Amino acid sequence: MQACNLTASALACRRGDRVLFRGLEISLTAGSACQVAGPNGIGKTSLLRMMAGLLRPLAGSIDRTGAIALLDERPALDPQLPLSHALGFWAGLDGVKSGMHEICTGRAGLDHLLDVPVRFLSTGQRKRAALARMLGQQAPIWLLDEPLNGLDRDGINLVETLVAEHCEAGGIALVASHQPVALPNASTIKLSEFTA
Amino acid sequence: MIGKLLIRDLAILLPGGRRGGSLLPLLFFLSVAMLYPFAVGPDAQLLGRTGGGVIWVAALLAAILPLDRLVAPDLELGVFDQLALRGISEEFAIAVKMVAHWLSFAPLLLLATLPAAALLGLDGATLEIVLLGLLAGTPGLAAIGTSIAALTATLRGGAALSGLMLIPLAVPILIFGAGSLSRPDLSGIALTAAISLLLVAIAPFAGGAAIRAAREG
Repeated sequence: MQACNLTASALACRRGDRVLFRGLEISLTAGSACQVAGPNGIGKTSLLRMMAGLLRPLAGSIDRTGAIALLDERPALDPQLPLSHALGFWAGLDGVKSGMHEICTGRAGLDHLLDVPVRFLSTGQRKRAALARMLGQQAPIWLLDEPLNGLDRDGINLVETLVAEHCEAGGIALVASHQPVALPNASTIKLSEFTA
Repeated sequence: MIGKLLIRDLAILLPGGRRGGSLLPLLFFLSVAMLYPFAVGPDAQLLGRTGGGVIWVAALLAAILPLDRLVAPDLELGVFDQLALRGISEEFAIAVKMVAHWLSFAPLLLLATLPAAALLGLDGATLEIVLLGLLAGTPGLAAIGTSIAALTATLRGGAALSGLMLIPLAVPILIFGAGSLSRPDLSGIALTAAISLLLVAIAPFAGGAAIRAAREG
């Protein structure tokens, strides 16, 4: 896995008129996992979108080395397409080899769903599909926004295993979740300590 | 990469496509050309003189119909976010959408101009100028339509609004495009093409900025 690094210093976030948090420091190096914890509305999603470069921070700076994969509540898969084709679009963009593509869908437990149009999938199945998309991307930095939402017990285990393997292979995982996630050697950031 | 994006957008937009892309704009265009003679009466001379302008108005209105499928669904699905993470800028994605939008309606519209011209009794010379003018003007219509679709993507009732926003912006294309019918040379078509080029150059940047603004909102 390529060298990766994710740091944020003196980060502040504003949504609308409210400053959600300020003075946040994050420093993640290869192989480290971090859980962002906190109640609803505290700014977990905004933090992840900032780290991904999709939102501008109010103050502070973010330094990234390495490609970023983002898993959020929107799977970015065409609802009308069969799952294999919808995933195939991203696999094509990411340059995933065909063998690797099958491994990703297999790991996510989607083998029996490949012909089913995405709009017929359940919430948990869509989350698994997004996981398969992210696996194929092979990005060293994973940003997971509420990855456990909608998943069954098996799915939760799967996410925890995948994140552990990813970090073991030298990747970075930043996981935002309001529920406990079992991540080995993970640091925890409580956003409530940084509220403005 | 550009090919993969274009193929996906075309699969969505072409008639029979995935987001209910249909022949509707085309049928709308033809039905205007069919209704007009009923409304003004069977005066062949009058129809021949005004028919070209009617085709232009119908084409402009038909270009509005697919706008609600163009950008809003992808924004909602998070496709632009995922593309941005892969280093594909919003400007690039919008530029590809503009090309796909043009390909999905303009060639069919030009084909449908032939039966429309027959319905309105246009002569060969007029038909030729209308076709050339539409060829020059439709890229501009696609450019305006794509930027407006991006601007209104997050708004409720964006589809109706985009129609209203497109009309004033499309007036220059209409003036020069339909105006070329009453000129002895092709200068009107050249001006239409010039405006189209300008709009095509601006649209990706306007649309890209709109997508980024939608993220902050």
